[in-house]
Amino acid sequence: MSTTAATDCAVSLRAVGKRYANGVVALDRLDLDVRPGEFVSLLGPSGCGKSTALRIIAGLSESTSGAVIWPRPNTPQGAREIGFVFQEPTLMPWTTVAGNVRLPLDLQHVDAATAAPRVAAALARVGLADFADVYPRELSGGMKMRVSIARALVTESMLFLMDEPFAALDEITRFKLNDDLLSLWESLRKTVVFVTHSVFESVYLSSRIVVMTPRPGRVFTELAIDAPYPRDQRFRTSAEYGAFCRRASEALAAAAEAKPEARP
Amino acid sequence: MSEEPIRAQGRAEDVLRLALPIMLLALGVVAWELVVQLKGIPPYVLPAPSLVFATLVSDWSILSESLGVTLITTLEGFVLALIGGVGLALLFNLSRLVEYSLYPYAVVLQVTPVVAIAPLLLIYLPQQAAVLACAWIVAFFPVLANTTLGLNSVDHNLVDLFRLYGASRTQVLWRLKLPSALPYILGGLKIAGGLSLIGAVVAEIAAGAAGAGSGLAYRISESGYRLNIPRMFAALVLLSVVGILIYFALSLLSHLMLRRWHESAVSREA
Repeated sequence: MSTTAATDCAVSLRAVGKRYANGVVALDRLDLDVRPGEFVSLLGPSGCGKSTALRIIAGLSESTSGAVIWPRPNTPQGAREIGFVFQEPTLMPWTTVAGNVRLPLDLQHVDAATAAPRVAAALARVGLADFADVYPRELSGGMKMRVSIARALVTESMLFLMDEPFAALDEITRFKLNDDLLSLWESLRKTVVFVTHSVFESVYLSSRIVVMTPRPGRVFTELAIDAPYPRDQRFRTSAEYGAFCRRASEALAAAAEAKPEARP
Repeated sequence: MSEEPIRAQGRAEDVLRLALPIMLLALGVVAWELVVQLKGIPPYVLPAPSLVFATLVSDWSILSESLGVTLITTLEGFVLALIGGVGLALLFNLSRLVEYSLYPYAVVLQVTPVVAIAPLLLIYLPQQAAVLACAWIVAFFPVLANTTLGLNSVDHNLVDLFRLYGASRTQVLWRLKLPSALPYILGGLKIAGGLSLIGAVVAEIAAGAAGAGSGLAYRISESGYRLNIPRMFAALVLLSVVGILIYFALSLLSHLMLRRWHESAVSREA
């Protein structure tokens, strides 16, 4: 049953568990289907294993049980490639903005002539076309995060994993980046898995929210946010948005209360 | 608006930083000269600065030759320390087993005073090789220790990022680990520069009795035996100048390599 459902997914997690060497169970039988082109948020309190789930999808961490199923390649070329945006910008300070964005291409030995236009295009998409030769230390936090997003864009990957990318930014910058991320998503039709602990951010961005329980992390419930895109400042102040936020907050509160079910 | 006064203030600071030590030096030299002249102290007790300078000029042919010998030993020791220190650190980084096996001996080499090792080395090695070995022993450890620290200080998120994009081990080394370690390596080299001079001098002094050496330190001990105190001072001045030049050369190198990106080298506007 689950395998038939999985075939039209971008990626599926089946009963994924993660127990760390110190005995902490970060994830317990987590099931998650990510559908192509959707913007899905993993919402949960700190320590609910949502980042762990993201790292397992990316292959940066091994699950201790269960499986990650890739029904289809996620680049047009048929390779499996992932665009990952970390919580910190994670830029190399010793090279320029362009050098940082070019990194995934450099590591794949893409020649300079092919890489240059792709880097320029990715920088233009995040509004940093004029900053190619600047060093990261000269940029503000929001601009660094844009570079980080451009670096994920430069790959051909159709799957974007974002691990609380805007958590450290001030609200104004955060709203601006939310809007820019949404318009990028709408124009590129990539699949985004977005980890956040902010109810407001997840409702604003997502087409679907997956609420997770803390320790051990598993799916508590799902909310479809079926408000139409494009969303903008009007949506952020609408009653509809408020109602979605209230439902998401209630689900989050209920998830925090939920006792992990007794296991045999 | 407020930039101009700040910048002017910064420039005034720079001038002070240069002018104050030079003025102090000038004062000291003048006082020294006066004391020697007024008290009539004989040159074999304390030569006047003017006499030291005159000796520097008159003995230049001997001294410059010795200077060349010491400089070459120092440079060779420094280059070997660079290769040995960075090379060993990379080896340690690749293999824990090698690190556990060899690191204690690197520490032993470092904590055993080189003055005590030099006479032994002179027995078993040709003199030039022994002097070089001393310079290397003193100088390589800071490079090794700093490079090891640098290689271990790589940002973990960047390591993940490189893994995610399928970087090979060589790519991780050249594109991530070495650039991350660069500020640490340069810091180690700054220390190693001065230490390789010290190692060369110590070995030359130890070798002095053995004869054939002709470096600056050898000139100092030789002049000491001959009670040629002005020449001792002249050689000492040269050694000191060499040390200062090495320090500035390495600081400049470090500044040039880091000025675009590393906090230590970037000047901030207040």
